[in-house]
Amino acid sequence: MSTASSGPWAASYATLDDLVAGRLPDDNGRYGAFGGRFVPETLVQALSRLENGAREAFRDPAFRQALDNELSDWVGRPTPLTRANRLGEAWGATVYLKREDLTHTGAHKINNAIGQALLARRLGAARVVAETGAGQHGVAAAAACARLGLPCTVYMGAIDAKRQAPNVDRIRRLGAELLQVTKGDQTLRSAIDEALRDWVSDPESTYYMLGSAVGPHPYPWLVCELQSVIGREARAQILEQEGRLPDLAVACVGGGSNAIGLFHPLLEDRQIEMLGIEAGGTGEDHGLNAATLRFGTAGVLHGSYSTLLQDEHGQIQETHSVSAGLDYPGVGPEHAFLHSIGRVKYETISDDEAVAAVDECCALEGILPALESAHALAGAKRWAAGRRDSCILIGLSGRGDKDLATLMSYPRGNES
Amino acid sequence: MNGAALLEHSIRAAAVRRPALAAFLTGGFPEMDAFGSLLRRVAAAADIVEIGIPFTDPMADGVTIQESSRKALESGVTLSWILETVERAECEAPIVLMSYLNPVIAMGLTTFARRAAEAGVAGLIVPDLPLEECEPIKSALDDTGVALVQLVTPVTPPRRLERLCRLSQGFVYAVTVTGTTGGDVGHSVAMLDYLDRVCEVSPVPVLAGFGIRDAAQVRAVSTHADGVIVGSALIEVLERGGDPIAFLRKLTDEGKVEVET
Repeated sequence: MSTASSGPWAASYATLDDLVAGRLPDDNGRYGAFGGRFVPETLVQALSRLENGAREAFRDPAFRQALDNELSDWVGRPTPLTRANRLGEAWGATVYLKREDLTHTGAHKINNAIGQALLARRLGAARVVAETGAGQHGVAAAAACARLGLPCTVYMGAIDAKRQAPNVDRIRRLGAELLQVTKGDQTLRSAIDEALRDWVSDPESTYYMLGSAVGPHPYPWLVCELQSVIGREARAQILEQEGRLPDLAVACVGGGSNAIGLFHPLLEDRQIEMLGIEAGGTGEDHGLNAATLRFGTAGVLHGSYSTLLQDEHGQIQETHSVSAGLDYPGVGPEHAFLHSIGRVKYETISDDEAVAAVDECCALEGILPALESAHALAGAKRWAAGRRDSCILIGLSGRGDKDLATLMSYPRGNES
Repeated sequence: MNGAALLEHSIRAAAVRRPALAAFLTGGFPEMDAFGSLLRRVAAAADIVEIGIPFTDPMADGVTIQESSRKALESGVTLSWILETVERAECEAPIVLMSYLNPVIAMGLTTFARRAAEAGVAGLIVPDLPLEECEPIKSALDDTGVALVQLVTPVTPPRRLERLCRLSQGFVYAVTVTGTTGGDVGHSVAMLDYLDRVCEVSPVPVLAGFGIRDAAQVRAVSTHADGVIVGSALIEVLERGGDPIAFLRKLTDEGKVEVET
């Protein structure tokens, strides 16, 4: 499992041992060939300041204590690990759900947002900018900034704003300025483009609160650090409740923050298989899905070298997914690395399968999962189909209230 | 002459009389068919022509260049087509390509370096490639004599500024605003001081760019840099269907000042 990963940009050798031992990202912000810092000169100093500031903060017991307090008293951690008895019965497996849907604001995004908001305040930022896809990071950023008294501007693609309208209102009610992006593909990718442009205009006093495990170093590392609480808790909880580690850990992957948060603390438990589920959308052709690791090739987008959905000329492709949170043509560099060394397998689930998984989880467990998380449920079900009596840990990254409009208008042609 | 020498020569020759002028065109904009002849005419009126390679996610660009890039991509412009067009145009002035990294990676670094050299391209600017990451592309370009131009900004610390200037080939691109292309550039004392600092440490000529729009601004920066890069303002002239050559002539004529030699 420790093979070389290399790309056409800069070949670099790294192994799972390097990652588990904390030697990755390396000094250049690389996970093997992936990662790095591909940004305009204007942002180079700001990223160095952020990296140094974050490393110092994590070493400071007072900062860690403040973060722990916010996570327990305001976010509502630890989140429960729910044994999903009826899903398990239906699938012929033991199924556990890590309930990030029960956090304050309803998705794992808040773990990262409150951590980065504390960091922004510590670094003396005058304002915060953030991007959002499904709106969950926008809501989390707005809430965390309100909590700490930081002015916040959120960029959201106009298409996303339409399909996640309740979150637009929530973001504004939480006191953030919400700017709709009508350029580019008008989804998460254009929102990141625009947030980066905002940051380039004032890199000294603006803090960019990136919501996924993507972007230039140190963001993929920083977001992983803040989301790893998911996997740490889940590991301890399943040992206590089930007396063993799971056979499989599964999570959905857009940029990949909830998945890296669940996977990263479990990487050294090599007996645990891991499965990341990307958005298969409506088909395999260009523009019909957002399955980056399945169909993508290596390149640079949003400041890091990773796997991308792009054409032969290096232009980034439009993507599609029923779930706005997975609708992104790139993926975090740590996932690209884990894919390259084979530690994590990545598969796809279609729009139809995800919607069916929402229904099944509602009917059997009384839980309305986010469409993003439903991809993980459907992936777990398919994995369980070939195996008897296995134990599966599923990252339920968020709740589905935000998706009601999408679900109500979703064509149900195949229903019996 | 290799690309770096060609660029330096062109700027120094112009700067004897007036600030050197680098004109920016978005590749294939406003019309693919007419771009070759536009390129030739602009190359006759400017000292350097910078051609932007359209990219879907141009994070360092303001609205004007984003929009022109989008239109060019829609009409089917590719890096390959731009290289062919440059080769056929046989321009008077040296050509510099400005490309985000990904289209160059997609072509392959060595293929790009070879084809750019064959097309007569003198230099390359990559806005999302900081110093720390530029080695692979630099070694590919060095083999074929195409210059790699570095950018410096008002927030670049002194030591790093010096290093960037030393490594830059042909000229140094001094970004005059902290922000995206086309942003509002003041004539603040701080900005002029910054340009003076760049000139002081740079062994190669210094061109000021990002947000230079009119002759008054050209005059203002001309005693603090060897020349200017005009981008968004020229694209706006093309968008309006105006005369780009008349616009450039106005900048060179009215931008003229007593240049100390």
